[in-house]
Amino acid sequence: MRPRNIGDVILDVKNISLSFGGVKALQNISFDVKEHEVRAIIGPNGAGKSSMLNCINGVYHPQEGEIVYQGEVRRDMDTHHAAESGIGRTFQNLALFKGMSVLDNIMTGRNLKMKTGILAQALHLGPARAEELREREFVEHVIDFLEIQAYRKTPVGRMPYGLQKRVDLGRALAAQPKVLLLDEPMAGMNMEEKQDMCRFVLDINDEFGTTIVLIEHDMGVVMDISDRVVVLDYGRKIGDGTPEVVRNDPEVIKAYLGVGH
Amino acid sequence: MFYRENGQFKSTYREDQQILGIRQDRWFIFGLIAFALLVVPYWGSDYMFRAILIPFLIVSLAAIGLNLLVGYCGQISLGHAAFMAIGAYAAYNIVVHFPGLNFIVVLVLAGLVSALVGILFGLPSLQIKGLYLGVATLAAQFFVDWVFARVKWFTNYSSSGGVSTAPVEMFGWTIDTPMEKYVFILVVVMVFTLMAKNLVRGHIGRSWMAMRDMDVAAEVIGIRPMYAKLTAFAVSAFYAGVAGAMWGFLHLGSWEPAAFSINFSLNLLFMIIIGGMGSILGSFIGAAFIVLLPLALSQALPLLNNLGLKVDTAMASHLEFMIFGALIVFFLIVEPLGIARLWAVAKEKLRLWPFPH
Ligand SMILES: Nc1ncnc2c1ncn2[C@@H]1O[C@H](COP(=O)(O)OP(=O)(O)OP(=O)(O)O)[C@@H](O)[C@H]1O
Ligand SMILES: [Mg+2]
Repeated sequence: MRPRNIGDVILDVKNISLSFGGVKALQNISFDVKEHEVRAIIGPNGAGKSSMLNCINGVYHPQEGEIVYQGEVRRDMDTHHAAESGIGRTFQNLALFKGMSVLDNIMTGRNLKMKTGILAQALHLGPARAEELREREFVEHVIDFLEIQAYRKTPVGRMPYGLQKRVDLGRALAAQPKVLLLDEPMAGMNMEEKQDMCRFVLDINDEFGTTIVLIEHDMGVVMDISDRVVVLDYGRKIGDGTPEVVRNDPEVIKAYLGVGH
Repeated sequence: MFYRENGQFKSTYREDQQILGIRQDRWFIFGLIAFALLVVPYWGSDYMFRAILIPFLIVSLAAIGLNLLVGYCGQISLGHAAFMAIGAYAAYNIVVHFPGLNFIVVLVLAGLVSALVGILFGLPSLQIKGLYLGVATLAAQFFVDWVFARVKWFTNYSSSGGVSTAPVEMFGWTIDTPMEKYVFILVVVMVFTLMAKNLVRGHIGRSWMAMRDMDVAAEVIGIRPMYAKLTAFAVSAFYAGVAGAMWGFLHLGSWEPAAFSINFSLNLLFMIIIGGMGSILGSFIGAAFIVLLPLALSQALPLLNNLGLKVDTAMASHLEFMIFGALIVFFLIVEPLGIARLWAVAKEKLRLWPFPH
């Protein structure tokens, strides 16, 4: 077990309900996330896991409930506010900027930190140039961290799938998020790629203290790296606790672990 | 082979971020600029300035503007000549009401007026995309055409509906020969090209491209769609406005509202499709193509006739449409990133030569 110093609740999701027309994607979901912890969300396909993340960072707007983030109570999030207050995100289905290089993708993740105006950029004045170089330096650290130096100038579309997932992570990391929402970062990877990704996630958590909310199907991975687990099924929460508790919960076993595991 | 990157190493991020990262590119561009500024003015004929170089440069500027919006930000505008018209008429009215104002100031003001209208017509882009946005911008074209044809105030109540301008003056220099016009336009276009390059490699350019490539991911990163799209419309319309003002004052001299019709708008679109979406260089290539092809065809007429093919002028202009049509279909289907992309691929192959891996 890794040494842990879990803090107070940083994100508290309260009674969230979300539906699309007749489809009830989330029904009265509540759970909390503590600072510095790795919190996993698991559940079968269509359980509402991705929808949950989308509510947390304002892509979806739940019809009911509230989200308390860093003590601030909100009816719902909006994407800009979420990004600005330190919520980062990767995507289940790659959502990279296809027309751009790896470097530019990750630089774009850093855009929020860049403030010079249009005219200064057009004329490439001192402040704009200095800002570009300063942020580039930070982004290079991210690139080193993820071990993708060799691909810096490669258009992302031309990279192997596993590395594209890494770029997606890098783009989120570039903003130095406090809370990182990872939507199936290891899906579709082979054993070796999964191990690399696990290592990155744990390193991010250890080195930068980043709080991590992780959706993952691979139960081995979930049991290994998460501190606490939320289990969703058909939009309802059916379990919440440490990996051991959840693993032995009869309802969870019936709904989820029972099938196929 | 002389064009390659082998042995050129970059030791600082600043070097790596240069616009022309490869030494040979740098030499080529500086050579080209020196040639265009120092040799062409003495060597070019009036015909060459008036019929080829001046229209080519101005139209390139408008194409760059359109490319910023369409190629970089992924928004469509089918009526971009409307912004040229706004720039031209704005410049005309500024000169009428403030005679003697430095023409550079006039250009900037004309660009700003156009940018404001650009923001206005960019508003629909916050709600609609693709085809529907295309139709909305088409409406902008027709609305602007209508305003300049009907509202007499804009044409200073001229009886014919057209307007005419006096030679442009600045810093005591009267720009009246084609050569002088060419030099002035060349400098303006160079400055604006450099600014466009700077914008697209800065964070504003990245936010445009992010909107183009994956808007949800862009929002999640914290990019505001409204800011990204409207700045793209504003900058794009600014470029078109400046180009329009120069087109009116330095190329046409006097013009009717029809000078900036839908045909012009479509030509601008063809330029960036053929030259290359999302490429500044491509804007120039496309502009050269559209300006030169009709001239080349009319030059080729006697040649074809000598060969025994009976091609008359009417036929030649049909031929022009057919060639454009074929090229546009070809590029849309085979290489959406245009000639500039073909060029980049060739360069990339050369660049690492002789060690491709
Ligand atoms: N934008 C949307 N419009 C309509 N229905 C949606 C939308 N997003 C999600 N849903 C529905 O909400 C339910 C939950 O979907 P969600 O993507 O959150 O599941 P998930 O747990 O992430 O599943 P998976 O493991 O397959 O990723 C599904 O029934 C899905 O069809
Ligand atoms: Mg999902």
